[in-house]
Amino acid sequence: MTDIRYVAPTTLEEAIAAFAAAGGAGRILAGGTDLLVQMRSGIVKPGLIVDIKKIAEMTEIAETTDGGFRIGAAVSGAELAEHPSFKKVWPGVLEAVNLIGSKQVQGRASAGGNLCNASPAGDSVPAMIAAGAVVTVQGPNGRRELEVEKVPAGPGRTNLAPGEILVSFKLPPRPEGSGDAYLRMIPRTEMDIAVVGCGVSLTLKNGFCTAARVGLGAVAPMVLLVEAAAKALIGSKLDVAALEAAANACRAACRPIDDKRGTIAYRTKIAGVLLKRTATIAAKRAQGN
Amino acid sequence: MPKLHVTTTINGEPMEFLCEPDNTMLDALRNQLGLTGSKEGCATGDCGACSITVDGRLVCSCLMLAAEAEGHEIGTIEGMAQGDRLHPLQQKFLEQAALQCGICTSGMLVASEVLLKKNPNPSEEEVRFWLAGNLCRCTGYDKIVRAVLEAAAEMREARP
Repeated sequence: MTDIRYVAPTTLEEAIAAFAAAGGAGRILAGGTDLLVQMRSGIVKPGLIVDIKKIAEMTEIAETTDGGFRIGAAVSGAELAEHPSFKKVWPGVLEAVNLIGSKQVQGRASAGGNLCNASPAGDSVPAMIAAGAVVTVQGPNGRRELEVEKVPAGPGRTNLAPGEILVSFKLPPRPEGSGDAYLRMIPRTEMDIAVVGCGVSLTLKNGFCTAARVGLGAVAPMVLLVEAAAKALIGSKLDVAALEAAANACRAACRPIDDKRGTIAYRTKIAGVLLKRTATIAAKRAQGN
Repeated sequence: MPKLHVTTTINGEPMEFLCEPDNTMLDALRNQLGLTGSKEGCATGDCGACSITVDGRLVCSCLMLAAEAEGHEIGTIEGMAQGDRLHPLQQKFLEQAALQCGICTSGMLVASEVLLKKNPNPSEEEVRFWLAGNLCRCTGYDKIVRAVLEAAAEMREARP
C-alpha cells in the first residue's frame, strides 16, 4: 500500500538512531491521537514511524528521591490517573491531561505528545508550565533539559533539534501548603478545544502566597508563562486586589487570534476571569495540603 | 516494507495477524480478523463507534496502529456476551430500546463496560461525561444513559 515503515525499539538509543536516520521523514508515535489523524488527512506522510512505547523510560511514572515526579513522555492520561499518589500532589496537572479529548483519547494520548504537537491550545501545557515542569530530551548529540515553556516555537513547531526526542517530564518536589489547578473555557461542556486555558500553581504560608506560576493557553502562538501574573500573586493573601492585578497581567499578556471559537476581545477578557477562578481553586487545594 | 506480523490477545484468545505498517487496529479487526462489531464512524477519534479496550483501558481503535497491538490484551464488543448469555448492559440496551440505527451501539457498550468496572455506581452526570466521546447520530442519548444506569444497578445487586 505504501512504503511507510514502523519500528518499535526497546531502547532510547535505538529509537534515536532510527529517528535521526530517517531525517525529516520520521515521526514519533506515542499515543498517536494526533499523528494518526494527521496521516489520515494527508497532512503528514511519514516514511518511518518510531513507536516509543516499548521503551521503559518513556512509559514509567516514577517518584523521585526528592519527592518530585518523573513522567515518561508516552504515559497516557488514563495511566496517570491510575497512579496512586500523583493525583494528590498535582491535581491540576492531572485534570489538564484528562481534559484532552474523550475517555477514549485519554486512553492513549500523552502529555509528551500534547507538548510536541505544539498547539497553542494544548490543555496539558499551561498546567505543566505552572507546575514548573522540566523536560528531558535526547538526540544524536546527547541529553539536555529544557523548561516546558521553552519547548513550543509556534503553532505546530517546537525547539527540539532535528533527531531529538522528548523523553520525560520532571515535576519538582512540592513544599507544604502547595496546590495547583487548571481550567479551560470551551463553548461546550466536554470534548472541545480550549478558547482559553489557565494553569496556576502556588504555595501558601501563614495565609500569604510565597510562590506562584501561571501558564496561559490559546491566547498566543505559544502557551505562555505569565511571570507578571505570578508576581502579582506572590506576597499577597490572594485578596481581591491581588487577583485583579494578576488577571490584568494575564489580559496584558494575551496576543490571541480571532476565530470561530472566540474573538480577540473575548479571549482576552476570559483570560483574566480564568486566572481568578483557577488561582482560587489552587489556593483552596493548597490550604488542604 | 513486508507486512508486519502481530501476536496479540483478543477477547482472551491468543491471535496472530499480518498488517501493513499504517493499518489501524480497526482495519485489522474488521478486515483481517473478521471482527466487524467495531464500527468506523469518523476515523478521527471523535465518535467512539470503534471503541475497544487495550489492557483494560478504553481506546478508539481508529487512532491506534494494528502493529501497536503486539503483546497487549485487546477487548472488543465480540467478547462481551458469554456465549448466548448477554452482558447486563446488552440486555438493558435491548429492554430500553437504547439503539436506533445501531452504528454507535457497540462503542457505547464497550465504553459503558469500562465505566462500570471503574465505577459500579455512577451518577447520571458521570455516565454522560464518560460517554461524551461516543456520538449517537440518532440522538437517542436518554435511553442509552438510562440503560447504563439500570445495568449498573442490576450488576450491583447481582454481586455477592
